[in-house]
Amino acid sequence: MTLAQRTPAEEAPAGASYPDLRWFPPGTHITVRGLKKAFDGNPVYVGFDIDLPKGKIVSVFGPNGCGKSTFINMVAGLLPIDAGQILFEGKTIAETRIGYVFQNYREALFPWLRAIDNIHYPLRLMGIGKAERERRIEELVAGFDLKFDLHRYPYQMSGGQQQTVSIMRSLVIEPEVLFLDEPFSALDYEMTLIMRDQLQKVLVARGVTTVLVSHDLEEAVYLADKVLMLTRRPSRIADYMDVDLPRPRDPSTLTDPRFIDLKARTLEVFQNAVRAS
Amino acid sequence: MQSDRLTRYAWMAVGPLALFLVWYAVHLAGLVTPKLLPSPVRTLQSVWTNAISGGLGPDFLRTLWRTLQAFGIAAAFGVPIGIVIGANEKLYRSIEFLIDFFRSTPATAMFPLFMIIFGLGDFSKIAVAAFAAWLVVLFNVAYGVMNARQTRILAAKVMGASRARIFKDVMFYECLPQTFVGLRTAVSLALVVIVVAEMFIGSDDGLGKRIIDSQITFDLPQLYGTILVSGILGYGLNLIFLGLEKWLVHWSGRA
Ligand SMILES: Nc1ncnc2c1ncn2[C@@H]1O[C@H](COP(=O)(O)OP(=O)(O)OP(=O)(O)O)[C@@H](O)[C@H]1O
Ligand SMILES: [Mg+2]
Repeated sequence: MTLAQRTPAEEAPAGASYPDLRWFPPGTHITVRGLKKAFDGNPVYVGFDIDLPKGKIVSVFGPNGCGKSTFINMVAGLLPIDAGQILFEGKTIAETRIGYVFQNYREALFPWLRAIDNIHYPLRLMGIGKAERERRIEELVAGFDLKFDLHRYPYQMSGGQQQTVSIMRSLVIEPEVLFLDEPFSALDYEMTLIMRDQLQKVLVARGVTTVLVSHDLEEAVYLADKVLMLTRRPSRIADYMDVDLPRPRDPSTLTDPRFIDLKARTLEVFQNAVRAS
Repeated sequence: MQSDRLTRYAWMAVGPLALFLVWYAVHLAGLVTPKLLPSPVRTLQSVWTNAISGGLGPDFLRTLWRTLQAFGIAAAFGVPIGIVIGANEKLYRSIEFLIDFFRSTPATAMFPLFMIIFGLGDFSKIAVAAFAAWLVVLFNVAYGVMNARQTRILAAKVMGASRARIFKDVMFYECLPQTFVGLRTAVSLALVVIVVAEMFIGSDDGLGKRIIDSQITFDLPQLYGTILVSGILGYGLNLIFLGLEKWLVHWSGRA
């Protein structure tokens, strides 16, 4: 579907499969409709619908193996879908600039390139000249407070530094949507805290639509504008909660009564979702 | 730092020196008849005189040159074909058995066949060695390609890399460590086959020919000396490839 074919809700063609859903509610970036996916006959998604807001951070949380990775990989176009439709303001994934941060930074960065050249790489693929690339990277670097040298090779860096480089590589192309699948789960707790704040700062400053999978409930709530809670497979929405805590959030947020309350509610939803099956 | 290194080198010298001393002691004590075991000093002298005036240098260079030719052919055909096979799982499955079978077949068993096909000249020796080395390169490159980290390929894909770019920018580097393992094994194997070929497929020169001649004339100092020189050649080639690998594939084993 191309831009020209975008149809506002009022003019939705007769016989559209989801007449009760407006195609593009204001502020929505990603619309998922009738998503189906099964592995070897085992269904993971059996008709899944969701809207993800533009310029906001959505955390995806749910029991192990419920299909969180499957979800963001399908939305990011890394995994084919069996049925359904995923659109980005009416555009397809191919027409959308995206960034993806993998859990396993060790296997996602290119060890034959220095960190800085890893960051150059996506811009190179876009055919951008050297001067412009350097300008953009300089601007990006300014938003991070880096305490390490980007002229080293990834294997000469700590895990947190490598994942920072991964995040920079995904942001340098100024993606419309950023996907992160458990980006901090391979890091120790102290590093995780630092990285969360770093990520929050950059994402809020850039206003990029973000889908973050987390297996850590505290992290999911802390970073998110909305928390998408999934049930056991076949996955359904257990809850889709707003997190309207003020930003910037900092470690003191963790002890804020509203945060604690939200976390307790999400935990309850989670436990019900797990028990329900 | 400096002294650390020196101690390391010192320790590395202990083994060879000990071997030399044991050899010398066995010789002095007359435990083995000098006909079968000349003194190490006598052996080194023979290497020296042969190198100066006995044609050891040209023989060494001939063997080296043949080995490098065989290796060059193996690499030139092994790397590209290996990449193609590794990138195509069905193709790999269909010829996996053939590769394994011929890799397990002693190259020396092929000598007569290659002599019939390529004649008695130099090329038939090079061809046998190249064939054996080629299989090793092929196998390792294909294996490297097949075991490329999927995440890196996905990462390139997400960034919008075309298939050709993924090949050139990711696959090539991903299989480089394994490729080097293959190249290093291949050069050693090529040397083995070349030396044996020089012994048994009529040859006018080369270290293999010199070894066989020493046996026929019962010149044991020269026999031991030439074995030593062959060892130095093999070890040297291996060392050069290890160095190249460390320099070109700096991330190997660290990422
Ligand atoms: N390629 C595949 N082939 C077969 N089954 C798969 C495949 N990928 C995922 N699955 C199955 O689909 C289900 C969802 O997997 P997915 O990786 O999306 O879960 P997840 O929520 O990300 O889990 P985790 O918390 O372990 O990361 C799991 O039961 C998994 O076994
Ligand atoms: Mg997962």
